[in-house]
Amino acid sequence: MNKVTTIQSRFVPITMENIDTDQIIPARFLKATTRDGFGKNLFRDWRYANDDEQQPKTDFVLNQSIYTGEILVAGKNFGCGSSREHAAWAIKDYGFAAVVSSFFADIFKNNALNNGLLPVTVTDSFLQKIFAEPVTSSLTINLEEQSIKIDTTGEKESFEINSYKKTCLLNGYDDIDYLISMKQEIEIFEQTLV
Amino acid sequence: MAKTLFEKIWDKHVVKQIDGGPSVLYIDKHFIHEVTSPQAFKGIEKRGLSVLRPNQVVATADHNVPTLNQHLPIKDELSRLQVQQLIENCKKHQIELYGLGHPFQGIVHVIGPELGITQPGMTIVCGDSHTSTHGAFGTIAFGIGTSEVEMVFASQCLMQTRPKLMRINIEGTLNKGVVSKDIILYIISKISASGATGFFVEYAGSAIRSLSMEARMTICNMSIEMGARGGMIAPDEITFSYLKGRQFAPSGEQWEKKIAEWKTLYSDENAVFDKEIHIDASLIEPMITYGTNPGLGIAINGTVPVVEGIPDEGERNNIMKALQYMGLESGKSLLGMPIQHVFIGSCTNSRIEDLRMVASLIKGRKKNEAVQVMIVPGSQQVSKQVQAEGLDKIFKEAGFEIRQAGCSACLGMNEDKIPAGEYCISTSNRNFEGRQGAGARTLLASPLTAAAAAITGVVTDVRELI
Repeated sequence: MNKVTTIQSRFVPITMENIDTDQIIPARFLKATTRDGFGKNLFRDWRYANDDEQQPKTDFVLNQSIYTGEILVAGKNFGCGSSREHAAWAIKDYGFAAVVSSFFADIFKNNALNNGLLPVTVTDSFLQKIFAEPVTSSLTINLEEQSIKIDTTGEKESFEINSYKKTCLLNGYDDIDYLISMKQEIEIFEQTLV
Repeated sequence: MAKTLFEKIWDKHVVKQIDGGPSVLYIDKHFIHEVTSPQAFKGIEKRGLSVLRPNQVVATADHNVPTLNQHLPIKDELSRLQVQQLIENCKKHQIELYGLGHPFQGIVHVIGPELGITQPGMTIVCGDSHTSTHGAFGTIAFGIGTSEVEMVFASQCLMQTRPKLMRINIEGTLNKGVVSKDIILYIISKISASGATGFFVEYAGSAIRSLSMEARMTICNMSIEMGARGGMIAPDEITFSYLKGRQFAPSGEQWEKKIAEWKTLYSDENAVFDKEIHIDASLIEPMITYGTNPGLGIAINGTVPVVEGIPDEGERNNIMKALQYMGLESGKSLLGMPIQHVFIGSCTNSRIEDLRMVASLIKGRKKNEAVQVMIVPGSQQVSKQVQAEGLDKIFKEAGFEIRQAGCSACLGMNEDKIPAGEYCISTSNRNFEGRQGAGARTLLASPLTAAAAAITGVVTDVRELI
């Protein structure tokens, strides 16, 4: 997995709340058997009027060139619904490195963390401040410090992250490496279950 | 020390507690399907590993399968490849597959319980958020992502932080026409689509105890729709008699031993929950959703909220956007509104009791001509039972189309989609934008309420028909 340290970038705001994983990546695009290429279908039905991609919906932020950057900022309860990890893959494949919201659904958060996509939980009021920023504004997310800053105003907030997950992200470790290393302990544990 | 049901099961499955970090949690059963497993198989193969405990993994093809002519090759090329990949992966890793054509094939959360694979006290995972269904048996069951599927393949374990615990107590007697789907839609409408995020929920109380296993599964199934990691119900005599004699349930001496163990699975009297909610069952009416998340539900005889009256700006904007998508008006009743489709199926409501419920309401009646009705049984076993009981004749006489088992129009991955702009009363679990097909408008309800609308062609209070 990639290492995550500091991300300084402009951001793409989607103020909607309760954005579910069916919006992030609709079910009909889940038929691939690899992890790659989901970015082109990110928010597919909000981006295009039809499946032929000939009619982009111009009112959607991803279709407005003034919005750019590696940070997606969204309303609360982001990533609710289905457990599809394809949602995290799509966001990352599109080019985002972090998602900022005031509240994340549990499974999405785990999926993001397992893919080196940083979920940053901020307070409602800080989220509203970000939304109120001009499009050219940028954010700095520092994982080591567990802080997020609005660069223009210097306003800063700290965010929570499980210390174990933080270590994994800073070093690019996967849970799976650790679990594989536990094989012997797991086998001994299994004897206690019968 | 007094323990909750959750803690009793969790504590028994912790292989190791990492200081200041998550627990390494042992997984007893791992269900897989064609959509969220291929990348996980690729992952372990890339690492040169094989599946550690293939006999604890059970596979089926459900999300992506057609519900017509399942004996023929799948027409959609990508779907066919995905299902084929599952067959090859299971063969290579010696995993039992109940694929198309197998008498046990069906929706993963229907077949686990009906085959007796799901048993009290287990930890169960699947790359599907509705894995919470299995909690009805007193299990810790939750949905996981594909990276986690890979972890369970490799180690039969997951790294998990213990969630907070919530108990929802539902006391009293249900009103006529009110079934378990209404209970869960009522709860979610009260606490919102994110009201249980971070929690694992135990459902308790006299109203829950009175429910059958299939009704309990419907409730646990939708736990994720309020954000909960999972939902569970303590096992009791109803659980034990459901399991007895099922294909993979223990038998003989082993059964007696297991029963003794299962009888210890309940929350102790003084066990502490992080949050408790009390609900009076007599206040619940048949429910229907009007919006684009399962928390936006009302009593069937109620009215859509007046948007202007919602104080929170974010929520107001959400509901406005939802009503716009749904083509519905703020402050109005839904009763009498024409609908074009009825879908009876999904891991929420496709079991034999659901279909019996529908049959008992429609017997001797015909569907409204303007409505298309599709019944998709949850499994081949359910289909077989439908025929054995002659329910198929009742459905046919009423003009209901009965299909073959799969997830179908719940998520529209196969051909079963609702056309843009049309209304579908659905017994499934999600009314998200485009869930049942791009532009489709979903109204979630119980099998009874769905069947009532099929007969009348409009949103109907089922109590008028019983």
